[in-house]
Amino acid sequence: MGVWKFVGRRILLGLVTLWVVSVVVFAATQLLPSDPARAILGRDATEASIKALQEKLGLDRPPVEQYTSWLAGLLTGDPGESFNARVPIGEYIGDRVYNSMFLLVLASVFSIPLSLIIGAYTARKRDRAFDNITSNIMLALASLPEFVVGLFLVLLFATRYWKILPAVTAIGAGGPWEHLDQMILPTATLVLGAVPYIARTARASIIEVNESDYVEMARLKGAPEKTVLWRHAVPNALGPVFQVIALNIAYFAGGVIVVEFLFNYPGIGGALAASVRVRDTPVIQFLAMVLAGVYVLTNMLADLATVFVTPRLRTRLK
Amino acid sequence: MTIGQVVPAAPSIVKAAWRMWRTRIGALIVLVLVAFALFGRFLAPFGENESLGLPNKANIEGSWLGTGKLGYDVWTRFLYGGRPILVQAVLSTVLALSLGTLVGLVAAYNRRRLDDFLMRAMDVILALPQIILVLVVIAMFGAKAWLVVLAVGLSTVPRIARVVRGAAVAVVERDFVASAEALGESRPRILVSEILPNVIAPLLVEANLRLTYAVGIIGGIGFLGFTSDPGAANWGLMINEHRGVLAAEQPWGTMLPVTAIALLTIATGLIADGVSRAAAGIDRGTAQA
Repeated sequence: MGVWKFVGRRILLGLVTLWVVSVVVFAATQLLPSDPARAILGRDATEASIKALQEKLGLDRPPVEQYTSWLAGLLTGDPGESFNARVPIGEYIGDRVYNSMFLLVLASVFSIPLSLIIGAYTARKRDRAFDNITSNIMLALASLPEFVVGLFLVLLFATRYWKILPAVTAIGAGGPWEHLDQMILPTATLVLGAVPYIARTARASIIEVNESDYVEMARLKGAPEKTVLWRHAVPNALGPVFQVIALNIAYFAGGVIVVEFLFNYPGIGGALAASVRVRDTPVIQFLAMVLAGVYVLTNMLADLATVFVTPRLRTRLK
Repeated sequence: MTIGQVVPAAPSIVKAAWRMWRTRIGALIVLVLVAFALFGRFLAPFGENESLGLPNKANIEGSWLGTGKLGYDVWTRFLYGGRPILVQAVLSTVLALSLGTLVGLVAAYNRRRLDDFLMRAMDVILALPQIILVLVVIAMFGAKAWLVVLAVGLSTVPRIARVVRGAAVAVVERDFVASAEALGESRPRILVSEILPNVIAPLLVEANLRLTYAVGIIGGIGFLGFTSDPGAANWGLMINEHRGVLAAEQPWGTMLPVTAIALLTIATGLIADGVSRAAAGIDRGTAQA
């Protein structure tokens, strides 16, 4: 199987996955026991006005037709209107998507290098004191849910001990750039949640590569340690690292929900929790698709990148 | 684990894990917290929904740690609030383990089409972050306790199925499976008595890890404000209700449940780590020492 055939198949699989996810998300939210039109208009609404709104929202059409028009809307950039806010979703969500992306990028900028450094360093000093201490701290951090980590940070830095950082965010018109001090705690929470995973996997894959036959061979033939590291060890350790970076971004796609809620941050995670509370179906459908899309895309890119950077896989596929 | 290696049986894994201090400390903390969560309510000085008057006051006559939302006694609410999280987390993990093991074993043993179909189906479930699946379900039917258990359990199935399949694929190839087939043993029998015992080690590690995450997710769902009975005490919800007064005079409504969830997850994480070290140690043949 050629490399390109693999790439084609992997992309196809990603698309099929997204399509199935869209069916599941649509079917699930469509099973709502309560009638959205009734919910929007309240208890005092007349039957005629409910019927009119049902028609306007397209709720009287058969489910398959509703699904296809919803999917077509998604693909053409018109995901519909929020039941609750009564504005187009793009307008309702636009700033929030940007804010969440900002938070994710900021968290990744810190978490990826930090965890790779910790992973590489602990792999080199394997089973020594530093490795043991960090691995225990990582173990504890990996076990803690995000909201617990976030609350301990709030406890330490924003409320009871050192009151040096804001406990909640209040992002105004200027966007997150103007309020970097408010970004510190949400970012730190996500970083502390993600680093243990990446660092552990990075450490394990570096150790595995270091003990592999080809690195041993390179050492035996007398290559200098620098060449062994950069020519033989690092390229083979990159694949798993890409996988973990993808897992990390995927982790953020779920983690932002609780973290944004905790810090009252105006992003899509907080918006999803709020929409669930008021059963705003179109917004729930859209946000679930966006987050699943991020997840599927990053995993796909990681798989592709892994094939391109890993010498063994590249040659096996040829 | 390569083919032909002696695979450790379940009792030796548990024994080897128990020899490690981290497992013992983890088990001790879990035991204490489980006792609090299940039986604490019998020690509670007040009723679950008994108001002592003023809300969020640190110094209230007769109340050890003061009052929280609606004037409830914080210590009492804490003693009542652990059970829902613990019970739901354990039930969803048990559900996920049984179904995930079944799917993983069937996929590994049957290979080809059924394997492909099952694992692709698992990939699709994995394509959604777990908390989103749970929230979608809550949006549909409300935050009923059994639904949360079902949603968390079912969304955990693919994660367990993958691990079990991965471990079982190598076992399926081995001679004793072929000889059981030659002897005409039934499929379910081969799965349960030939293959299952050989994937116990990774399954035990996974069980503890998944329990840790289930506590986190179910606690988090409560923290977001979704519980089946908004009036009942629940550690996750309790944190949400009291974090607003964290800076003021009454931190206990937040501190107690946050610390309990932190200790619980760290403890189950420690046990998972102990078991996985034991499994790896037996693999290398060092744990017997």
